[in-house]
Amino acid sequence: MNPALHSVLAFLQGWWVELLCAFLIVALVPLIAGYIVLVERKLMADMQARLGPMRVGPHGLLQPIADALKLLIKEDIIPAEADKLVFWFAPVLSMTAALTALGAVAFGPWFHVARDINIGLLFVVGISALGPFGIVLGGWASNNHYSIIGALRSTAQLISYETTAGFALVSGFLLSGTLRVGAIVEQQRADHAWYAFLAPVGFITYLIASIAETNRAPFDLPEAESELVAGYMTEYSGFRWALYFLGEYANMIVVASVGTTLFLGGWLRPFPSVDWLGWLDALPALLLAAVGVYCLIRAGKQPAQVQKLFMWAVAFACFGVALIFALAAPLAMAPLHIIYPGLYGAFWFLVKVSAYIYVFMWLRFTLPRFRFDQLMRLGWHILIPLALVNILGVGIALALISGLGWNRWLAIAITTTATVIAGLLLIRWNDRHAVAASLAAEASPVEDSYAG
Amino acid sequence: MLDSIIFYFFAGIAVLSALLMITRRNAIHSAVFLTTALLATAGIFLQLHAEFLFIVQIILYVGGIMVMFIFVIMLVRLDVALPRLRSRLRQWSAILVALAVFLEAGIILYLARRIPGEGLLVPSPAPAAKLPPNTEDLANSLFHAYLLPFEIASVLLLVAMIGAVVMGKNRSDTK
Repeated sequence: MNPALHSVLAFLQGWWVELLCAFLIVALVPLIAGYIVLVERKLMADMQARLGPMRVGPHGLLQPIADALKLLIKEDIIPAEADKLVFWFAPVLSMTAALTALGAVAFGPWFHVARDINIGLLFVVGISALGPFGIVLGGWASNNHYSIIGALRSTAQLISYETTAGFALVSGFLLSGTLRVGAIVEQQRADHAWYAFLAPVGFITYLIASIAETNRAPFDLPEAESELVAGYMTEYSGFRWALYFLGEYANMIVVASVGTTLFLGGWLRPFPSVDWLGWLDALPALLLAAVGVYCLIRAGKQPAQVQKLFMWAVAFACFGVALIFALAAPLAMAPLHIIYPGLYGAFWFLVKVSAYIYVFMWLRFTLPRFRFDQLMRLGWHILIPLALVNILGVGIALALISGLGWNRWLAIAITTTATVIAGLLLIRWNDRHAVAASLAAEASPVEDSYAG
Repeated sequence: MLDSIIFYFFAGIAVLSALLMITRRNAIHSAVFLTTALLATAGIFLQLHAEFLFIVQIILYVGGIMVMFIFVIMLVRLDVALPRLRSRLRQWSAILVALAVFLEAGIILYLARRIPGEGLLVPSPAPAAKLPPNTEDLANSLFHAYLLPFEIASVLLLVAMIGAVVMGKNRSDTK
């Protein structure tokens, strides 16, 4: 055989899982992002006592596909005064960064592209730090005041909150003692606790920072439509706009995956070492079967033949996957035994990521938008000091546990309480400071060039 | 073979974008090419199996400093500031500095070539794939062998940061 072909085949044999996963990420994330949008619209409708999209497909299930088609055939407008090359390049950069970052995320013990690189989660954080570039360059290239103000706001916000997110991640890394994604998850199994419980302040600061990093309400100032039309995306249309949109949603998946891996136990089931919760192992199969049954019941009530067929297809797909889960469970068929851990891990990982993203949406529909100075004050005056104090707290707790042999939960409880008190003091001090500052500002208004 | 292909790929990008960076008139374009050069350098770190340096290069230089650069470029009107920089003296001093740097690089390369097995050439380098994980190694050397220099550098940076904050505050107070 041709030696070149032989080496290519050998490469494929060693790397086919990784290649397949890379392909799946690139192919599926846009689709998933589309469906996240649908879920978001449905949730918003539910919280506002409406129905949401209902026309395309049963309960609007085909709406994302219709939207994607619409965006594909829309005219791609480039403003005459725009910097064309940068305008063309910026949204691509934004989406590429988010998709590349997903490469180092492990969606289960098996579904990953590069799980065991030595820098692990740092890679995810670092690569997704390239995303702001796409935003700021796109805003600048549009040659439009709204765009550039949106871009500047977004940069300021991302730099501020990336720092907080980094500090929050450090508190998790202190506990795990490694940066490798797989090792972090296994360490949480060995520690018998998710790090959200061991470093609660770290988890909460990361949650807030990750919402700000994805430019979502209540931190969506870069694209505040009542102030800036659509911020940095104002001049974008058609598929370039869709690329920004995909980048944003892919970024949501990235931050949710990082949070899940480090703080929520990755692909482990809840309480992996508690025996009487063993019935949770059967949950994936039961849940999928329940969805299938529901689809079968609803299929009869659909008005059109196509919709009925669609519901049946969904139902049987659910039953099929449920069957795989059920058959692969410990007592059953040997060949399925091999794929079981991967599927099972991926199920829990996706459940946790979905819950994380659900919190994002929930906050979006319940909280009003921050003002820019409030946003900056929250970031620099409260979250960054709090995250720093939290690193100190976790470090002290670890020293007490390993150095002085304290009970783990006692040490954690004491340091966490101390951190929370420090945080409350910070907020109180800051409120006073803010009142004084606003009184001073009323006396002599200071021009703020990027507050909008 | 594969290693040298990757190296020349990234090195080529780095050199090309560095050249483009200094020849562009538009400051934002220069910033974009500087970013490309930094990313290509990160790629060379990765090819040398220095993963930690690779990601630190991206997080610090690209994610932090370059975003700051672009931020400042957008806030400052460079078309007003630039002509002042284009004086004769500055041009000549820039040319002199560039010549000095080239001369230095040339001498180092020449000396490294002349003495076999010495200078820039490492006698028998360990294969990169066999090296221990370098994040841990870096931490060990930073926090054991070089703890004092590390702490001094951090205190220095902290002082610089606080100084910058104080200077920024004073100006807005007096306005």
